[in-house]
Amino acid sequence: MPALLEIQNLHTEFRTGAGTVNAVDGISYSVDAGETVAIVGESGSGKSVSALSILRLIPDPPGRITQGAVLFAGRDLMTLTEEQMRQVRGSDIGMVFQEPMTSLNPVLTIGRQITETLEQHRGVDRATAQKRAEELLGLVGIADPIRRLKQYPHQLSGGMRQRIMIAIALACDPKLIIADEPTTALDVTIQAQILELMKDLTHRLGIALIIITHNLGVVARYANRVNVMYAGRIVESGPAKAIYHTPRHPYTIALLRSVPRLDRPRQARLDPVEGQPPDLTRLDAGCSFRPRCRFAIAACAASRPGLQATSNSGQSAACFRADEIVALTGTTGIGVTGTGAALAGATA
Amino acid sequence: MNATTLAAAPAAPEAPLLEVRGLRMYFPVTEGLLGRKIGDVKAVDGIDFTVRRGETLGLVGESGCGKTTTGRCVLRLEKPTTGQIIFDGVDIASLGGKQLQALRQRIQVIFQDPYSSLNPRMTIGQIIAEPMFVHGIEPNATKRMERVRELLSVCGLNAGFAERYPHEMSGGQRQRVGIARALAMNPEFIVCDEPVSALDVSIQAQVVNLLEDLREKFGLTYLFIAHDLSVVRHLCQRVAVMYLGHIVEMADSDTLFDNPQHPYTRALLAAVPVPDPEVEQGREFRPVKGEVPSPMNPPSGCVFHPRCPIAVERCSQQAPQPREIAPGHMVACSEVKIAG
Repeated sequence: MPALLEIQNLHTEFRTGAGTVNAVDGISYSVDAGETVAIVGESGSGKSVSALSILRLIPDPPGRITQGAVLFAGRDLMTLTEEQMRQVRGSDIGMVFQEPMTSLNPVLTIGRQITETLEQHRGVDRATAQKRAEELLGLVGIADPIRRLKQYPHQLSGGMRQRIMIAIALACDPKLIIADEPTTALDVTIQAQILELMKDLTHRLGIALIIITHNLGVVARYANRVNVMYAGRIVESGPAKAIYHTPRHPYTIALLRSVPRLDRPRQARLDPVEGQPPDLTRLDAGCSFRPRCRFAIAACAASRPGLQATSNSGQSAACFRADEIVALTGTTGIGVTGTGAALAGATA
Repeated sequence: MNATTLAAAPAAPEAPLLEVRGLRMYFPVTEGLLGRKIGDVKAVDGIDFTVRRGETLGLVGESGCGKTTTGRCVLRLEKPTTGQIIFDGVDIASLGGKQLQALRQRIQVIFQDPYSSLNPRMTIGQIIAEPMFVHGIEPNATKRMERVRELLSVCGLNAGFAERYPHEMSGGQRQRVGIARALAMNPEFIVCDEPVSALDVSIQAQVVNLLEDLREKFGLTYLFIAHDLSVVRHLCQRVAVMYLGHIVEMADSDTLFDNPQHPYTRALLAAVPVPDPEVEQGREFRPVKGEVPSPMNPPSGCVFHPRCPIAVERCSQQAPQPREIAPGHMVACSEVKIAG
C-alpha cells in the first residue's frame, strides 16, 4: 500500500536581509495511514516550516517552496491550484497550531468557526452543521456543547481552546492532522489531557498524525516513527524505539543525553550539546552539525552527508560515521552511565 | 577580584537563610470607574517554607499556582498581605526605603525571558555594570569594566561581548548575561524564575550546569521556580509543590519524585512524559480531570478536591493541615496515610 503522505526532496527558502536561508533543505519522509510521525528539533531547525510547506502556507514573499513534491493520497499538492489547495486544507488535512488564541477568530463564536468549516468544505446547511458541531464538541470532551458553541474564544481556557482547534481539525473527517507544537503553550496536566485526546481520537478514527515538537518526552509517549531535524535537514529517521535506544546521529545522541530525566535520581552534571545552533545564512559545504560534533572527521568538512540507511533496519542517519557510532559510544547507546566516558575517549 | 571576594560570608550552620511563615499575597479585584473592590485574587494563600544556606529549593506548579508571586514577595517586588519573610534573621516583609535597597544587593533575580529583561539600547557591558554603579559597589569606571569582563568569563562568555548589544546574541548567551548581572551584586541568594524555560533543549543543559557551578563556586542559595519537573529534579535538593496558592507537598528531591504522596503531585508527575518509549509503554497513565479553578473563588476545603481522585466528603469542607509524614516530608492532604 502506498503511503498516505510522501514528501520528496522538499526545499523551502526565505529571503532575508542577511541572505537566503534554506529553512527546509531537501527533506523526504512518508506517513502511512493511521500512524503518528513526530518531527522533532529545536528552534530554527525547520520543523514548523516543513509542516507549513506541506499545506503551502508559506508567506511568499519572503518565503518560497523552491523544489520538491508532496504526494497526498497520490496527488502532488505542489501542482494543485490555490482553489484545489483550499479544499485540501481543513478537509483532507486538518491543522492544529501551537497558540489556539491566535489561530481562532476572536470575533466569531466557537460555533460559527466550526460550522463555517463544514459549510465551506461539505456544503451542508446550517442546521446540519450545527448538529455536527455539537457532536464534535462532545467528541473532544467539552461538556455542555450548546452553551459553549455560543461563546467566544476569550471566554475559554487555553486547554479548552485547543480542544476547539481539534474539533475544527476533525470537522471534515480528515485523513491526516498536522499538529505544530499543539501543547507547548499549555500546562503539563492540560498538555497530558490534550495529547491523550489526540491519541485516542486519531486511533479511533484511523487518522494519521504528524506531530511537531521539541519535547522528547511527548515524542516517546506518542510517536510510532520519528524524524529528527537539524538546520533544515532530517538528520535521523526511524522507529521511535530505535531512535531513542540506538541513535546513530551524533546530534540525536547529544540531544538525548542533554535532557535531565524525571525518572532518574539526580546526576552530577548534565551533558549539554556544546556550542550554539548554526547561523543558517552562513552554512558551508560540510555537515552543519560538525562544529558541535564530538565525532567530526575531515570528511565532514568536505561535504554534507545525506540520509543513508544504517545497519539497523528502518533507521537512517545523515552521518558518515553512523555505523561506527555504535562502537564509538558503546553498544548500549543512550541511557546507560559510562557512555559519557566512551564519548570523551572518542574525542581524545 | 576573584572567587573569594564574591563568596558569601560563612554563617552558623543550621540557621536557614530564608524562612517564610504564613505568607499571603492577595491582589484586589476592582470594578467600575471608582475601582470598587469586588474580591481578591488569592495568589499565595498561607505558605511556609525554609531555604537552607547553600541549597536549591525548587518551587514547582502550573500557571497561576502562585510560585512566581512567592518569588516576587521574597524579592520584595511585592509587599505581602500578611506573613513573615525572614532573611538571615531579619523579617523583610515590611521593610521599606533604604533598608530595602540594601537588601536588594543580597537577593538577586534571574528572569525567564532573557529577551525582555535586557535593555535593547544598552551594551552588555553597560547592562552588567549598571547595578554596580547604582549601588555604589564599584564607583571606579575602569575597575567596573574589569569586573564586567570577569563576570562575563565566569558565565562562560567571551569578554568581547561587553561591547555588543542584546539583539546580537542568542537566547542562551542572553541568559548568561542575565546571570552575570545578578552576580555583579555579590548576592547570597538568587531567585531563579523559570531561568531555562525559554531555551532550547541543547542550550538548557548548558545553563543548568552553569547555575550549578556558580552555586558551588560562590556558595549561593537558590529559590528555583520552574514548571519543568525534570530540570527541577536535576537541580534542586528539596522541592515544594504549589497548587492554587498553597504548598501541597514538600520533600527532598529524590523522595518527592520517587515517592510522591499528595494526589496532585502524583498527577503532575504522571503527566510528564519521559524521553524513553519503552518506559512510556509500561506506564499506567490517566490524565487528571478538569482544570485549575480561579484563584479569585477557590474551592472550599482542600483546593484540589474537585479534581482529586481520592477525595472524600470532608475534603470539600475542611482545609487539610500540612503534616510531616516522614522526616522532612510534608504533605497537605488528610487522606494520605502515614507510612509505617
